[in-house]
Amino acid sequence: MENTSNYPPIEKVSIIVSHGSLEGVYPGLIMANGARMAGIEANLFFTFFGMEAIVNKKMDKLKVATVGNPAMHIPTILGSIPGMSAFATSMMKKEIEKIDIPPVREFLTMIHDAGCNIYACKATVDMFHLTKSDFCDEVDDIISVGQFYEVSAGANIIFT
Amino acid sequence: MAAREILGKMLEFDTDNHLKNRDDWNEQVAIELAKEEGILELTDRHWLVINFMRKEYMEKGNAPSIRKLTKESGVETKELYSLFPKGPAKKAAKVAGLPKPTGCI
Repeated sequence: MENTSNYPPIEKVSIIVSHGSLEGVYPGLIMANGARMAGIEANLFFTFFGMEAIVNKKMDKLKVATVGNPAMHIPTILGSIPGMSAFATSMMKKEIEKIDIPPVREFLTMIHDAGCNIYACKATVDMFHLTKSDFCDEVDDIISVGQFYEVSAGANIIFT
Repeated sequence: MAAREILGKMLEFDTDNHLKNRDDWNEQVAIELAKEEGILELTDRHWLVINFMRKEYMEKGNAPSIRKLTKESGVETKELYSLFPKGPAKKAAKVAGLPKPTGCI
């Protein structure tokens, strides 16, 4: 589909990832990668529990939430059974791999190599007592909200 | 859809401005299409990507994802973006005479 509207094409996006579940993290990553694929400048900003996606010790262990998600069609009482989230996670990971979407760590490397900047939120870093060494190598910097807006000059901001 | 002249021959293009007929494509046409995208010279690395994309398309009926492209062609993500700046998937497909890739990755 070509841009047949009267609006100029999007040239820059800043994507905020605020959730730490697998299904909370992937949409932002797919959008960031998709932006770079289309030649759109992109920044990724991880905040609150979204930070789990860039913390070395956590990023390979993200899980699908099986409780409190009506679209999962699992009754809350079943979703809370131990192992349910692990099961749903392994199912989703298989489906994700089938459509050629990489695991989170590999995806972040790919997105970063594609020229997208990756930032961690300063407030969350302070709140969780983290340091730069807790993050994967792809994280460019820990920045404040103010700096986030600075690097987002001219960008469309997408909150996920 | 529109037709325009490339190397003295009228070629048809689809609404995305990608070459419409696969048979119209050859290496000289690719060089001209690359120029239109601002790629003034096609190096061996460009050809590696272009030929891989064409092979995948002929076999599977769709252009490969960037992940598949980088894993199987040996051209890494960073290099791919420097070879085809401003959107490698679309640009490489265009130069390779293939339709715009439909995948999200």
